[in-house]
Amino acid sequence: MSSPLSWWRNPWRRPWILGVVTVGYLAWSLLPVLVAVLFSFNAGRSRVTWQGFSMRWYYGDPLRSVWHDSSLHTALTHTLWLGVLATAITIPLGVAMALGLDRWRGRVPAGANLAVLVSFVLPEILMAVSLLFVATVLVTPLQLGTSGQVIGLVTYQLSYPVVIVRARLLTIGRDYEEAAVDLGASPFGAVWRVLLKMLFPAIFASAVLVFADVIDDFIIVRYLSGDSSTEPVSVKVYNTARAAPTPALNALTTLLLVASLVAVTVGFLAYRWFTRGEKGATLDVFAGEA
Amino acid sequence: MADSEPRRGVGHRWLWPTLALPGTIWLLVIFVVPLYVVLAILFGGVDPILRQPVPVWDPRSWDFTQFDFVMGRIFGSDAYFRPALIRTVLYVAAASFLCLLIAYPVAYFTARFAGRWKGVLLAALIAPFWISYMMRMLAWVNLLQTNGLVNKTLSAGGLFDVHVAWLQGHGTTVVLGLVYGYVPYMILPLFAGLDRAPVSMLEAARDLGASRWETFRRVTWPLSRSAVVVSLLLTTLPMLGDYFTNDLLSGSPSTSMIGNLINNSVLTPGQTGQAGAFVLIILVVSVLPMFFYVRSTRYGDEVAS
Repeated sequence: MSSPLSWWRNPWRRPWILGVVTVGYLAWSLLPVLVAVLFSFNAGRSRVTWQGFSMRWYYGDPLRSVWHDSSLHTALTHTLWLGVLATAITIPLGVAMALGLDRWRGRVPAGANLAVLVSFVLPEILMAVSLLFVATVLVTPLQLGTSGQVIGLVTYQLSYPVVIVRARLLTIGRDYEEAAVDLGASPFGAVWRVLLKMLFPAIFASAVLVFADVIDDFIIVRYLSGDSSTEPVSVKVYNTARAAPTPALNALTTLLLVASLVAVTVGFLAYRWFTRGEKGATLDVFAGEA
Repeated sequence: MADSEPRRGVGHRWLWPTLALPGTIWLLVIFVVPLYVVLAILFGGVDPILRQPVPVWDPRSWDFTQFDFVMGRIFGSDAYFRPALIRTVLYVAAASFLCLLIAYPVAYFTARFAGRWKGVLLAALIAPFWISYMMRMLAWVNLLQTNGLVNKTLSAGGLFDVHVAWLQGHGTTVVLGLVYGYVPYMILPLFAGLDRAPVSMLEAARDLGASRWETFRRVTWPLSRSAVVVSLLLTTLPMLGDYFTNDLLSGSPSTSMIGNLINNSVLTPGQTGQAGAFVLIILVVSVLPMFFYVRSTRYGDEVAS
């Protein structure tokens, strides 16, 4: 078995070339970001030459650090605020929709299903431009600024909880609900007290996903932002990356990265806690594959 | 769960519609209606003094001037927009192909051969989802400066004199940026598809004498085809509307794509209708592959249930 020839002839040999490709891909995919994080701690203004470690771009620099440049920390807090607001509206709306569409038969739900799928895959710029036109041409509650951004984000994200919760409903089946009704629960009570509890992991996973996706969003939040006070991190990066970037921009994105990693870690631990002892509960659901 | 017969007891007639309606109405009002607003602006007029769009709501009095103008500059003799559209097709095709070339082996390895490393690998593959797209592009803007790390690496510590201006209108940089940005969205659905493929079938193929390559060609690949279609759609369609990758990594009209055309005209007074026309083009181009998507999703549902 040890000579190269017999290794080659072994039909169950591990395809090392695939392993090399995978490791190479991971390095290519993660190293640039690590370099950016590293340079956010650079002592000098350069984003290409290392001049020593400092926290200058986080709070040290009296003008351009994230802490002192108000446009930078406004971007960060606005991003997180949008994430919280959009998630808080999307999840109840989406979960109710998933439950309803799963059980309600007819033409209306079929059409709604189609709309969910279509909004899932259509290029985001379509929705962003059409909402921008609505905001500029019509007088509606949809105004440029936070309200427009949240409305746009909720619409764009609504398909996530619908798809994920429906996938979960499929594995739960109807037995528990029927048992609850047989034992005297009202139909609504069966949903509220039995089904919703069982759906909790899926609901939670979709909330984390929606939050992460919202704070990453660019096109919708840019077109629907009103003034500089409603420009989130992604827009800030877009506006300054080529014009006058300092390592403070790297520091800003690093902070956003930390925020989303905290959300994921808390989410993952909670998810593990909710689904402990379940066989079908894996990381896959969490990855948004549904 | 194939049975759709009404079951005894569970759910009144009003319960499910009540739950589904808020979301349905939301989608109708904020997703479908605005698309009509786009049409009303595209086929409407422009205020001659303020250069503001004047939407026309009644389809019977729609004016096709703006639409004809855009079509003329795509198909006519003054093909001002045509190069950008051709470039969009080429860039998106090249980027999608490269994505598949990278994503398939990675997903295949993770699903089949990673062994006890599977969880760790999967977490690393998911990581880009938690890193903002803009941050990942910013990282490359840093690296690709003329005095940046990429050129420094290429010059191998001063052995060669490399001063490539990567960020000044290079099509290759844009395509590589697109690949870098969208490849994670392809790996996950492919992984899900390949992970689901029954191992027993592969073993049977090998037991019946198929070589490794033949097993792949005749069993694994056909089994994964629907996952490939879905993953291609999930990357290709967003790429069609992308303009920021281009703006950050090239910033030159010589690499403009249709997303850049939209972005450049959408906020320019008097050109709003043009933006509407490009939006309509993307919509039409996306709808066709979407039928495949919806069909394959339905098919997937049937298999799962």
